[in-house]
Amino acid sequence: MLLISCPNCGPRDETEFHYGGQAHIAYPENPNDLTDREWAEYLFYRENTKGTFAERWVHSTGCRQWFNMLRDTVSYDIHSIYAMGQPRPDTTGEYGQAGGAGLAPGAPTTSTAAAAPTSSEGV
Amino acid sequence: MAETATPAETAHVDRVRGARRSPAEHLADAFTSGSVPGTVTLKEIPYQAMVGIRVERTSDAGARVASITGGLPATCGEVTGAGAVNALWLGPTEFLVVAPEESHDSLGGTLVSDLTTALGSDEGQVVDLSANRTTFELNGSHARAVLEKTCSLDLHPRVFKAGTAVSTELAHIPVMLWKTSEENYRIFPRASFADFLGRWLLDAMREYASPEVP
Repeated sequence: MLLISCPNCGPRDETEFHYGGQAHIAYPENPNDLTDREWAEYLFYRENTKGTFAERWVHSTGCRQWFNMLRDTVSYDIHSIYAMGQPRPDTTGEYGQAGGAGLAPGAPTTSTAAAAPTSSEGV
Repeated sequence: MAETATPAETAHVDRVRGARRSPAEHLADAFTSGSVPGTVTLKEIPYQAMVGIRVERTSDAGARVASITGGLPATCGEVTGAGAVNALWLGPTEFLVVAPEESHDSLGGTLVSDLTTALGSDEGQVVDLSANRTTFELNGSHARAVLEKTCSLDLHPRVFKAGTAVSTELAHIPVMLWKTSEENYRIFPRASFADFLGRWLLDAMREYASPEVP
């Protein structure tokens, strides 16, 4: 279970969210000018990244707002959460530093729920 | 309102009241017998007037709406309004106004029409959602223990303070959870989930009827 920090509501369980696929796919300027192949690629073709991936999420049982997230598709680490419309933050160097401006306190970084709580009890 | 009502209006209100069925009405006896006074009690507070509002709270329309609801909450968890009418935060521009049933227009109140007038023709919406949700009141020293069986939020008083309301999940269904005082929670499930959640809570409360095993 992921623990996702909603920019409005703070950390919540993954079950409260819905996934919105790859982020930063712009609607074509002139859809009528596209060939069928280009249109199909806009609609259906998505990256299948192994590693850090920018994706959209919506807090569907909370504030019902969309946001972007940089998530590692291998480790499930969440590197950054940032507002819709913002460019993808550069996280090539230090992870966990990013996170867009104007987010709620404590929003940017989260780890997976498995790693976060009760780790001291089991040891 | 009552003192100025004509006989025709009173008859209409009586007709409305008589025709209503609350979503967990059939569980009322079970709630009574399943409650453990002093430990944890459950009851339905039916027919509360609820109005969904979408408005930019810093706009003029937001200010006009806020004057009726006793302010509009700014952040997640905040509840405004000290009296009977309260506004709960659902999203940055979305709020739920909760008020006693008498304030609903069909029972002689003016809440919905007042809010509609306040919004005027500005951007936003005012929607009567009174039949959308019902209200459960979970009360007692073990109310938190019952909720903690299913709620993934941290309900400890140092985090979840009295006077806050959040939308979250209980028993995998979306609800509004409003902590009105230290041992009192109001839960707003959608009407179609009321039967399920009512029975779920009764089941969760059952162990507290027995003496605690050390």
